[in-house]
Parts: sequence; C-alpha cells; structure tokens
Amino acid sequence: MTENGCEYRERVLTMDTMNPNVKRVEYAVRGPIVQRAVQIERELKMGIKKPFTEVIKANIGDCHAMGQKPITFFRQVLALCSYPDLLEDSKFPEDAKSRARRILQACGGGSLGAYSTSQGIEMVRQDVARYIERRDGGITCDPDNIYLSTGASDAIVTMLKLLVSGEGASRTGVMISIPQYPLYSAALAELGAVQISYYLDEDNCWSLDINELRRALQEAKKHCRPRALCIINPGNPTGQVQSRQCIEDVIRFAAEEHLFLMADEVYQDNVYADGCKFHSFKKVLFEMGMEYSQKVELASFHSTSKCYMGECGFRGGYMEVVNLDPEVKVQLTKLVSVRLCPPVPGQALLDVVVSPPQPDEPSYDTFMKERTDTLATLAEKASMTQEILNQVPGIKCNPVQGAMYTFPRIQLPPKAIQEAKEKGQAPDMFYCMKLLEEKGICLVPGSGFGQRDGTYHFRMTILPPKEKLKIVLAKIKEFHQHFVEQYS
Amino acid sequence: MYRLQSLAARSLIAGALDQCSPLTLTSLTGVRHKSQGPSVEKYGQMRFITAEAKVAAERLNGKIREKTLTMETLNPQVKAVEYAVRGPIVIKAGEIERYLEEGGTKPFSEVIKANIGDAHAMGQQPITFLRQVVALCTFPELMDSPSFPEDVKWRARRILQGCGGHSLGSYSASPGVECIRKDIASYIEQRDEGVPADWENIYLTTGASDGIMTILRLLVSGKDSSRTGVMIPIPQYPLYSAAISEMDAVQVNYYLDEDNCWALDINELHRAYQAAKQRCQPRVICIINPGNPTGQVQSKKCIEEVLHFAYEENLFVMSDEVYQDNVYAPDCQFHSFKKVLYEMGPEYFNSVELASFHSTSKGYTGECGFRGGYMEVINMDPEVKAQLVKLLSVRLCPPLAGQAAMDVIVNPPQPDELSFKQFHQEKSSVLGALAEKAKLTEQILNAVPGIKCNPVQGAMYAFPQIFIPPKAVEEAKALGMQPDMLYCLRLLEETGICVVPGSGFGQKDGTYHFRMTILPSTEKLKVLLGKVRDFHISFLKEYSALE
Repeated sequence: MTENGCEYRERVLTMDTMNPNVKRVEYAVRGPIVQRAVQIERELKMGIKKPFTEVIKANIGDCHAMGQKPITFFRQVLALCSYPDLLEDSKFPEDAKSRARRILQACGGGSLGAYSTSQGIEMVRQDVARYIERRDGGITCDPDNIYLSTGASDAIVTMLKLLVSGEGASRTGVMISIPQYPLYSAALAELGAVQISYYLDEDNCWSLDINELRRALQEAKKHCRPRALCIINPGNPTGQVQSRQCIEDVIRFAAEEHLFLMADEVYQDNVYADGCKFHSFKKVLFEMGMEYSQKVELASFHSTSKCYMGECGFRGGYMEVVNLDPEVKVQLTKLVSVRLCPPVPGQALLDVVVSPPQPDEPSYDTFMKERTDTLATLAEKASMTQEILNQVPGIKCNPVQGAMYTFPRIQLPPKAIQEAKEKGQAPDMFYCMKLLEEKGICLVPGSGFGQRDGTYHFRMTILPPKEKLKIVLAKIKEFHQHFVEQYS
Repeated sequence: MYRLQSLAARSLIAGALDQCSPLTLTSLTGVRHKSQGPSVEKYGQMRFITAEAKVAAERLNGKIREKTLTMETLNPQVKAVEYAVRGPIVIKAGEIERYLEEGGTKPFSEVIKANIGDAHAMGQQPITFLRQVVALCTFPELMDSPSFPEDVKWRARRILQGCGGHSLGSYSASPGVECIRKDIASYIEQRDEGVPADWENIYLTTGASDGIMTILRLLVSGKDSSRTGVMIPIPQYPLYSAAISEMDAVQVNYYLDEDNCWALDINELHRAYQAAKQRCQPRVICIINPGNPTGQVQSKKCIEEVLHFAYEENLFVMSDEVYQDNVYAPDCQFHSFKKVLYEMGPEYFNSVELASFHSTSKGYTGECGFRGGYMEVINMDPEVKAQLVKLLSVRLCPPLAGQAAMDVIVNPPQPDELSFKQFHQEKSSVLGALAEKAKLTEQILNAVPGIKCNPVQGAMYAFPQIFIPPKAVEEAKALGMQPDMLYCLRLLEETGICVVPGSGFGQKDGTYHFRMTILPSTEKLKVLLGKVRDFHISFLKEYSALE
C-alpha cells in the first residue's frame, strides 16, 4: 500500500492489534446514523438538493441545541466566576454576585482556573449534601460521600471500574435494563465485564418487573458473578417513572442477592405524568429501616445536563455513595485523583443548581418563571408526542411519564425486515436511515438500546420547540405510513 | 504510595509510625475534623448509631454481611494505581491546613502546596482576554456591554456560532467544536512553520490527561509476553504509570540522564527496549517534553533520534507537549515532535504514528480548572480512527468552557487588535516571572549542601536530588516507607511545605529527590526555598549525629 507515493510499513495500531474491548464498545446515540446526519448537513450546506431543508437531530437529549434557553441566574453566576471584574457591574443582581463570590472563595487562588480537590470543591459538596437532605425529607447526607464528576457518565464509568474483577465464571456481571442507555453497555464492553440484561415490561408502561430481575440473575449466575444492578429512573430511553413500591422491591432484591446498586437519577426533575413522583433510591433505602439502610451499597448519580437547566456542555455532575467500604472509598478517591478534578465551571454550575435563588432574593421570580416554563413545556411536549404517535397505525407509544424521550414501538412489514437483513442492517436501523434520508429527521434505532427480539423501536427526544416537534411528528407519521405502504 | 496506608496500619500496632500518625489515623478511621459546620455533631451521632445498628442488624441476620465491594473484590488494577502528585502527602497537607484553620498551632502559619502545577492557586492571574471571551460565551447578554472590546466579542460570537443552539450548554460533537478544531490546526501549522495540520486529526479533550488515557486505551492489548509494553521516562509524570496500571499494560522504564541535565539517552532507550522485549511487546513510547518533573527541554537532535528509534522499532509515539510554551533557558527551544518528524522526510512523516498532547492548564494561561486540551493524531489507521471517535463519543464531549478556553489560546489577539497590548503584556509578565523563578530555584537549591538541582530549562518544576543520611534511610525503611517520603513528611510537618517525594515519579535506585513547583510568587518562593534549605541542613545534622 502506498500513501503520498511512499511505501509504508505495517502500522503499530491496527484493528488487529487494537484493544479488543474497544472494538466491542457500541454507542448508538452518536453512532453511524448521527455521522450520516452530519454528512447530510454538510451536503445541504454545499447546496445539494434534498427533500428537506434542515436536519433535525432528535437523537440526543441536547436541550440548548434544540433551542431551550439557559437559566439566566446560572449563567450570570458563571459569567461572574469566569470574569470577576464583572462583580463591579451594577447590571448583575446581588444574589448572583454573592453566589459567585462564595464559589470563588472556595476555589484555589479565588479562580475557576485552579484545580479543585479531586473529589470536588468541598463547599460545593456540602451544598450538594444539603440539597439531597432537602430533597429526601431530611435524611442525612454526608458531604464526604459526594464525588463531583465530569457529567454523570464519568462517575458511572468510575464506579463500574471499581466493581469489575474476576476471571471466567467469577467475572463481574452487571445487571442493566433493556432497553438501556448505551453508556452502560459501552462501559461494560470496555471494561470487559459481563452484561446481564433484564427486560422492562413494555406492556406495562416499561415498568420494572422483579420476577424478570430474578430470572435474569439466575440465568447469569451460571456464567458470571452478578455484583451490581443498574437502574435508570426516570427511564432513558423508556421514560417510565418508577413507583415507590417497585424501588423497595429492587432494594430488597439487591440486599438478598448481595448486589451493589447504581441508581442513575439524572432525570429526577423531569417527571410529567399525573400520579407519578420521583423517589430517590437513597430515600426509599433509608425509609426501609436500618436492616437495609446500613448495608445496601448504593451509588446514585445526578447531572447538570438534564432537568430544567439542560447544561450538557458544562459536564457537571455528582454521585453520592452510601455504605461504601471505607478502604474502597480511599481507592475511589485515589482513582479520581489521577484525572485531577472535574471541570471547575461545571462544579460552579452544579453549586447554583443545588442552591438556587430563594424567595427573598432578587432573582427568585425570574428563576422560578424560567424553571416552571421549561418544565411545563416539556410536560406538554411529552403528552403531545405520545398522543400524535399513538394515532399512527403501526406505532405504539407508552406514556412519557418522565425524562426526555419517547421510545415507541414500530411495526415493520416483513418485506422491510427482509431487505434490512439483506443489507446486514438491523431493521430499525434501516427504518431510521430511510427516515433520515427522506425527511431529514435523525432518530436512534431501538437496537442501539436493546429490545426484545422481533420488536422494533426508535428513540426520539421530545426537546424540539413545540412547533418544530409538531412538524417532526407529522413527518414521522407521513414517513411511517408511506414506509408501510411501500413494503406491504 | 497508597501502600503506605496499609503498611501504616500494620506498623501502627507496633507504634512505629508515630511521627506521621495524623495522616494514617485519619485516613484509617475516617475521623472528621470539627470545623465542618453545624452538622458535625450529627455526623458523629450518625456514625455512633450506625455502628450500633450495624451490630444489631448483623445479629438479627445471624451472620455478618460482607459488603459487595471490598478490597478483596475490588478491581485489582484499580488497587495497583498510584498517583503521588495527589497522594498521602497531599491528603496530610489538607489535614494540617484544616487543623490550622481550627486554631491549632504548628511551627508555621500556612501550608504551601508546592506539590502540583496549579498556577492560579499559587496566585498567578488569569489572562484577561481569555476570561473575557469565556464570560461572553457564558452570558451572551454581555455582547451589548460597552466594557468588552470588539476582538473579545468577535471571538465569543464565533465560538457560539460553532455551538449547538449557540450555547455553551449544548453538547459539542465528540471530537470537539468544529471551528475550534480548525483554529487548532491553523495554530499548529503556524507553530510548526507551515507543516500541514489537518483539523480532522485534532480531538479536543478534558485536559491532556484524558487524551493520553484514551490513546493508551486503544493501544493496550495482548496477553503475557505479547501484552503491550509502554515505554515511559523515569522520572515520569505519574499519570503514565497510573494509566498503565489501570489498563494492566506493562511499564517499560527508560531512565533520563540526571548527570546530563536529565537528557534522554538513545542508548538507554535501546537498552530498555531490548530488556523489555523478553516479557512484553513494546508498542508505544511516551515522551514528556519539556520534561515533567525534570524540567529538561529536548534538543532537536535528540527528538530526531527518538523518532528514528520509534521508526526502526515500530513504536507508536506519544509526545506530551503541554509545557511547550514554558521554556526558560536561553539556549533552549521547544521543537514539536510533529515538526521534527516532518523535517526528517516523507519516509518518516508518512509512517510514524504520533499523538501529541496540549492543554489549557500550563503555558502562560494556567487554566487547570477548565480541563481544556487537545491531541493531534497523525498516521493513525483510518479504521482505528473511527474506533477512537466511537470511544470518545461514549463520554459525549469535552467541557465546552474548556474548549472555548483552548480556542483563545490557539487564536490569541493579533498585533492589530484592541486587546493585543494588554494580552501581550500579561503573557510576557507571566512567562518572564516563571523564567526568573526557574533560575532562582536552581540557584538557591544548589547552594544547599546535599542538594543538587539541574537547571530548570522548562516546564514548572524543580526535581533536585537530595542526599539522605544512611540513618534516615534506615529509619524510613523501618517505618516501611520510602526515604524521600519520610523526608517530605518531615518537611511538611516542620515547615508546612508540601512537595512530592521523588519515589512517586520514579528514580534510580539509591537516589532520592523531590518535585516542587516553581509557581509560588517570587517572594513566597524565596521564603519557601529558605525554609527548604534550613530544613535540609537540620535534617542532615540530626541524622548525621546519629552515625
């Protein structure tokens, strides 16, 4: 082979020599379909004609990219922290200034540019702990158990890293829901752990069925050692909100089976359905009495990327660990220290998120209005999405009780399935690719999240502005009907 | 380093570690200090209740429930990780700081953390222009404010246009914001005097550490004698050894030549490579230039030799160039590996696989907290590149504020722009002060009998060799710790100065060092160096008297 007319030697790093675990990693949310979407965008820019004028990326929960506005107060505080000369500017409200001053005082040299301690700025961890205490009705939270992270993903991967050990049949198995957010499967592949799939009950609003947990566990015990159970609540991509009873059952199950619990609660403020309420695993655990609260090991995760703020780009987040072995905790601290610290602007943002303006402060009204508007719009879009999709013959959509996505089931004609298989594509990938090419709408095929054999889905975010969302849904409807016609 | 704690646990019984017991006691029992706000009592009670309840619950169950995640079940590779820069000595420094805050008394009034290259924490001021751009990007309402110059606004607008929804709050593409990648590519072309840089070879990262880990992750494979070997300098920046442990790769040490200003000796590379070949498959060589912790700046000829060696032995080259703007010695100049590779001709330039790393954390900006950085990857197999993109995508994207900061660094004010004068003045003043402190540090340390310090040609640290009397070495060994750890712990206890023992970076057997940053302000640095000198002299005296 030649390149630039020069013969070259075998490369050091090729597909054959590369870390085989990396090869196994899959991450559909930014997979081939998104790469194609970016390509199409470029083609549009170059003037190439398409049956649409813009690509709508409904593949990812990226609020601001979809036009959601940042919360003014948060950005004011961050701007003040970034450029403290603005503390003299009379246009900034006093509460924003006092927050900024307080954050800067906790930073080395009074600057966002200093490294923080690896676990995160102590004051921010204290604020997070108080926030959790308020959220959980007073159940104590020790700031020492809080680890700030680079988005929730970072913390989840770190926890999994600690948990993975053993060889062969004693290799760590990690239970994850199917459908799942593919960070989990990707991390497990990278770490060479065993993925144990438990299926959510689609016929029952994607709820978690404890018998299914048992089945999955018993089966897995034959080939690995199940040691952790991951729960995403509210669900991603499935949008269900777990009932308190169900959480109790899961905790009991974890206690009996000796599993480390990982609760991904990044959508905790995104609950829309009447009758649904977010219950944190920590709170339920502590309400179940000391028999549980003193022994079940739990890590729960939160982030600045979702909820009403949607600040994905700041990569802020935290985890709380409960009942972690003290020696292991030292190891955890050591492990996070290698990466020095999570981004400090993200830490600052997290601090304001957990200590927002209070009723007696000047920014309170604006803040509440912005927050309420965002959440109300999301709730409206959640129910609109469900309604419109359910009107389409061949699409069946569970209620979007929470989070930011709908994960409807789509009936695909046998001929389409056959054609996809001939192309070596998952049928829903085939479907989504066609949707992208014909309508400019970018969704993620259900196969990227996992689904029961023979069922097909896609994930789309409900984040586009209402008007745009209506167009997206209408286009999907049109496309689906046409697709079904074409292949019947 | 962390072995210290378990060792300490054992020796505590024998009371052997009295001198350093604050460290070990607190980390062993989790005892908290009193100054942590009103909830302290609550913690105390909680803990008490917890202990009681635990016993009760255990009785109830009729058995003692083991935790799921214990030292026995923990990922053994995590256990093997060591990272001295934030190791036990730093944890202890934090404890002493809190003790002082509570009104405790020590022979000093403040702890000076010279353990890490944390410029702003040491009082270095941020570059105004950079912060103005970041503030505007963060709160675009300020675009209307007359107090921001046009060149700042122009840059902020451009960055925001590259962001989804024109917000720093959106995810970027996983390799980074496209216009920032393009700016980096032009910056590299300019730096390397026209050597072409393709923006699609640029990947933004969460600090350089993230990029380094990611590339290593791709490279580690094989079992036993075909397991990937990674050549790293000794002394090294412990991110490398930590990553190698975490990934269970084989660390292949090549020793820098202390007698020759820590220069890299090509014969030593050959030796290390040959010796390693028997137990692993060396597939990558890491270079840190300018050196951390050793401060040497590599000559062009030496870089050529390394690249030739990599070419001959078929090694992937990783060049850590985060200190590329930190060169102080008048006879030294930074040469990028990429440029040298290019100048060696197409045979090399089109074949040697190279990843080079840069960051916002060092240079003259010192923006560590933003976790900005990038890597440029050349000659990477296109299929592997697709795998790299996939791997990066799992973590979604590097922090946008850090990407924005990186953009300002590669696209600073030009002479015809409004902010140029102030920017230029701030930049030269930071770099000028660093050069001065580099010299000062070397001079003062070399004046101390028993300390020998190579010139700090670049980067941000001195890594002097210290003579430790045999009696002190003996005592350290009896305590189960490295002699330079004993030295640094004593230095911390007696003077409040926190430096990192050389054993955390690696050193030739029987030699002892410490790493200290030259970042404190000149005045503070003088005080610090004076204290180190006094301590060293009295340490020597104390242990020589025992002979």
